[in-house]
Amino acid sequence: MYKLLLCLRYLRTRYIALASIVSVMLGVATMIVVNSVMSGFSSEMRDRIHGILADVIIDSHTLDGQADADYYMKLARQVAGDQIEAMTATVEVYGLLSFEYVNEPINRPVTIVGIHPESKAQVGPLKDQLESFAGVKIGNEVKEPPQRSRDETPGWELTPEALAYRREMVARRQLFFNSYDNRSVPGDESSARDNGWTPFDDDVSQNTTPSESTTIGPQPAIIQAGATADADADQNQVKTADGTAPTADPWELFDQGDATAEATVDPTALMPGRIYIGSGLIEFMVDDPETGEPKTIKMVRTGDDVKISTVTAGRPPATTHFPATIVDVFRSGMSEYDQNLVFCNLEFLQEMRGMIDPQTGKGRFTTIQIKLKDYADSDEVVEKLRSVFPPGMFEVGTWEQKQGPLLAAVDIESAILNILLFLIITVAGFGILAIFFMIVVEKTRDIGILKALGASSNGVMSIFLSYGLALGIVGSGVGVVLGLLFVHYINKIEEFFTWLTGRKVFDERIYYFPEIPTEVNPMMVLWVAFGAMTIAVLASILPARRAARLHPVEALRYE
Amino acid sequence: MPRKHIRAVALEKTYRTGQHEVPVLKGVDIGVNRGEFLSIVGQSGSGKSTLLHLMGLLDSPSVGEVILDGQRIDNLPFDTRDKLRNRVFGFIFQFYHLLPELTVLENVLAPLMIRHPSWVYWKRRREYRRLAKDIIQKVGLAHRIKHRPSQLSGGEMQRAAIARSLVAKPEVLLADEPTGNLDSQTGQEIMDLLTELNEVESLTIIMVTHDDSIAKQAHRIVRLHEGRIDVLEEAA
Repeated sequence: MYKLLLCLRYLRTRYIALASIVSVMLGVATMIVVNSVMSGFSSEMRDRIHGILADVIIDSHTLDGQADADYYMKLARQVAGDQIEAMTATVEVYGLLSFEYVNEPINRPVTIVGIHPESKAQVGPLKDQLESFAGVKIGNEVKEPPQRSRDETPGWELTPEALAYRREMVARRQLFFNSYDNRSVPGDESSARDNGWTPFDDDVSQNTTPSESTTIGPQPAIIQAGATADADADQNQVKTADGTAPTADPWELFDQGDATAEATVDPTALMPGRIYIGSGLIEFMVDDPETGEPKTIKMVRTGDDVKISTVTAGRPPATTHFPATIVDVFRSGMSEYDQNLVFCNLEFLQEMRGMIDPQTGKGRFTTIQIKLKDYADSDEVVEKLRSVFPPGMFEVGTWEQKQGPLLAAVDIESAILNILLFLIITVAGFGILAIFFMIVVEKTRDIGILKALGASSNGVMSIFLSYGLALGIVGSGVGVVLGLLFVHYINKIEEFFTWLTGRKVFDERIYYFPEIPTEVNPMMVLWVAFGAMTIAVLASILPARRAARLHPVEALRYE
Repeated sequence: MPRKHIRAVALEKTYRTGQHEVPVLKGVDIGVNRGEFLSIVGQSGSGKSTLLHLMGLLDSPSVGEVILDGQRIDNLPFDTRDKLRNRVFGFIFQFYHLLPELTVLENVLAPLMIRHPSWVYWKRRREYRRLAKDIIQKVGLAHRIKHRPSQLSGGEMQRAAIARSLVAKPEVLLADEPTGNLDSQTGQEIMDLLTELNEVESLTIIMVTHDDSIAKQAHRIVRLHEGRIDVLEEAA
């Protein structure tokens, strides 16, 4: 009883001990905040990565892919049918995206993924990532409302709004070219100049024509010539062998500068290549000079056309080019994907890459994405699939295995941070040690009194041990509360510091999160608090033993 | 001759300071009867406090024995000696030695808190509080019950210390210069209190003092000189 009483009294009267309480408290609070933010980041990131990659992925080793996706999907169903919810075959290949913005040609290296939107949507949350279904949100603020209802299946058609935009752009362009054509009638040049209505010099106008047209519409001969003969030959070969009518020479529709083509082809008709384009590929952010707020600039929009270059399957691979209409913008929130992925209609991509077997008409695939009924079975399913998909041809893995290095990096980062922060608490522990030695010296006489009154050495020792424990409990208790409050109000605090310093502390342009993500793990909080208490008790052992060993007579004589 | 209540037999105590051995007690034999009031006098350094500490089990002798009721107690295990200090001996010191964080009442209750595990004490706390308040009243400190030692005068602190030594109902009261830090009038009041305790409760009291006028109020005086008993005299 006296132990408890003294312990409480010491807690109330020894203000020096407050210092150690504060250091334990700060250590605990910091650990909780950092851990919550780290795990918030990591789980947000995992969600986003998982949203793009499916649960289990079967990858072909070669870019040429393997023939007959249906056969392999049947094979997968045979071994793990009851655990598989949905599957989709895709073609993944590297490529180049080109379009023009303010007369500058812009080329971006991309990963082109040929997909079936319907089956892809069953494997992952595709609808959440397409602008026409999810709209555009920054934080909780809706910038653009969704244009399609969630019940629609994603496909390769434009929304009415995008189609209207496309029509308008085509009409404007037509107007421009008509007027340009009229003015550039040979011999009429001088008169046009005399009118004072000449927007371009001759040499400038030569540059302008192709630049306008690459974004949308008529394709001048220069670029057509850029398509290699190999690619053309390949494509033609495929088509003729396939027996299908060569309607889909992609340049034919693109070639609208020709007046005769214009008569036969609807200028607003979409290109045969259709894509969902990663938002990071076509947007950039600038600070609005008027408001100072960051503002998104779109270089091309849904309904515009861009060019895609990639390689054909076969040896040696040849380059191939095709124009494609942007049907939707893809926004996963992972900049790595948003700046890299272009989803394309699978059959067209297969055709362009010469991946369709002329005999059977079946396309080759490079990847099968699988959604499981229960992700907990993933390891088992991977084992089963590995047994039937020969490792020489395929690599089977979960999305985590595929993104292993990235996820491991995050884990290691958080482990190192934890070690460092725990060192802070250890430092607090040494603080307790020093302060306790001081208190023991200060209390030497009292220890002598207690012993004279019959207190045992163990009793004296336990006073100081429970004092340490009490400091630990109070310190980590206040620390836990403080840490949780900080985590809860972290975005308000961020706003405050942004206001205070005039600089954005958490810049969503860098992190791609609208606000700081946090996730409080109760086990983590418990461990941190428990660890801090343990350290506080450990730090008080030495001073407590010293107190216990004090000789009563000497302690009483101590002044 | 009746059996002595507490007896010191050929007690020797040598302190070791570094390389030097300092003999403080060089063979002391004392027997104290039950209910006797004995004072030990001597100059500073004569070993009188050490003798008191040895008899109260605060320290263990280099040679010799301490015998309580015919049983040797100086070589008992630590926990038994702790218990004896708590139950059999009551201590009063020159500098009062109250715990500064606790109130007078809590200081007085301290021996009882030390004696019992927390839950036992908690169950009996009302009974003990009443007991402690009675004793505080008896030493004349009822108006200071909630005060801290730092708010008390020297005499009041010594009364609190006496109350604390009495609460455990000891058999032997060991007082080390109880009046040494007090003016003569307050000192006399404390002596009156001790004498009354000795007479009314027939408590065995062993008191160390250097003041002859105080010592004379005891039944018997032992005079120590350089670690040996010099004179043994009956008080007036």
